[in-house]
Amino acid sequence: MFGIHYRLERKTIGFLLAIVGVASIGGAVEIAPLFTIHQTVEDAPDMRVYTPLEIAGRNIYIREGCYACHSQMIRTLRDEVERYGPYSLAVESKYDHPMLWGSKRTGPDLARLGAKYSDEWHVTHLNNPRDVVPQSVMPHYSWLGRTALRSDDLGAHLAALRKVGVPYTDDMIANATADAYGQAAPDTSYAEGVTKRYGEATNVRAFDGRPGNLTELDALVAYLQILGKLTDAAHKPVAAIGD
Amino acid sequence: MAIEERDPITGYSTTGHEWNGIKELNTPVPRVIYFFLIVTALFAVSYWILMPAWPLGVTYTKGLLGIDQRKTVNESVKLAALERSAWTKRIETETFTQIQAAPELMSAVRQTGPALFGDNCAACHGATAQGGKGFPNLTTTAWLWGGDPQAISDTIRTGINSTHKDSRTSQMMAFGRDGLLKKDEIDNVVAYVRSLSSASAAPALAATKIAAGKAVFTANCVACHSDNAKGNTELGAPDLTDHVWIYGGDAETIFMTIWGGRQGHMPSWDGRLSTLDRKILALYLVDLRRVTP
Repeated sequence: MFGIHYRLERKTIGFLLAIVGVASIGGAVEIAPLFTIHQTVEDAPDMRVYTPLEIAGRNIYIREGCYACHSQMIRTLRDEVERYGPYSLAVESKYDHPMLWGSKRTGPDLARLGAKYSDEWHVTHLNNPRDVVPQSVMPHYSWLGRTALRSDDLGAHLAALRKVGVPYTDDMIANATADAYGQAAPDTSYAEGVTKRYGEATNVRAFDGRPGNLTELDALVAYLQILGKLTDAAHKPVAAIGD
Repeated sequence: MAIEERDPITGYSTTGHEWNGIKELNTPVPRVIYFFLIVTALFAVSYWILMPAWPLGVTYTKGLLGIDQRKTVNESVKLAALERSAWTKRIETETFTQIQAAPELMSAVRQTGPALFGDNCAACHGATAQGGKGFPNLTTTAWLWGGDPQAISDTIRTGINSTHKDSRTSQMMAFGRDGLLKKDEIDNVVAYVRSLSSASAAPALAATKIAAGKAVFTANCVACHSDNAKGNTELGAPDLTDHVWIYGGDAETIFMTIWGGRQGHMPSWDGRLSTLDRKILALYLVDLRRVTP
């Protein structure tokens, strides 16, 4: 049996084929599970897409490296489920490119943060976390509220996401900049467009407390307030999922 | 290439390569390496058989042990709930008065309350429930929407100015910004409101200002804050005669409150916290008030 290798390495073609065979095992092990994707990723017909303002907030979340200290993934462990809520499902990250599950928690998990605290809290907290949580070690992000949001390129962001499978319509892409403004400016004609395109359940509020003044703070709070809120799939009884 | 030369000392054959008289031995792999290779291979094979492993087109091999992390976590949550059911059942079914009269139930409330409060409420109301600017102090007797356990539990369920359909709603108008009152009228109301809670500050404030402020107050503020300025828990209007201030009781802050209005938000916890959780939290807060003077 142990003489096989001795004989094999003396035959060039045979040895080459053996190398290809062994090396492809690694690829096969990673690719094969994708064929059972319907068993892995649940169905969520109620899943909605991120609005342009939420996408902008998500980009800020990535830019500021929030994922380095905050995860967005509640594991199937009792203490996590009791603290944060239902464990995360794969489908909840369906439109996340890239996903922000994270692997380290200096701060708490944020997968179910949406609608947990008020906008005022997020604004105060991002401005200086110590104002509301004295023992916090999170840096302050006070400049976000003073920085105007760049929104002219949001249509391009949406178009790029559509290329990787997020179902944005032409209408959404064409109106991305206007919708980003409208979501933070309630009672304007722009706001109506957001509700029309993204659904009645979309949060349309002056997130940073100043309507009509579109800042990076608006975008980040809008994003934080939607975490875990794109679909109700995780809140359904477990028996209904994946079977 | 028949190599039949053997090294006389070790007894192993050589590779046939030679460098300046030094010959390379073809030493076989030690048996222990083969042993561990075989053991790990056997472990892998048994793991495939016992645990979920191989994709099979539209499904996958589930494994003989039938282990599924989702089932495991659901069972452990259920088991923990069962362990606590001795007292959680009683808290769920009994009235607030009955629970408060039962020392063993209140002891359970005192044990579980801080964890629930810390995970959910402390971010805004503070770890000690004493709040902060814009976030009410829950350890006082001043409650916007009523401080009895049922009222607290209802507030937690629906939230205040939240997206819940039964949400408690309240808004203080922006009297200055919206042009309802002039700046000097607001100044007078500020003087009057400050005189209500701190009698010691009253002499320093001009009596005429206070009197003028009272007139403006009667015309504009009593609908919500009531005639004696004691507030109204039906409308979520705060008592202005006590020393508890959500946004601050100094002249400048009161001016800003009247000028720009206020509308606090508390999210709804319906769906996030169960009826049991809300009952425990309500009882915990009432109890906290009793022990903190």
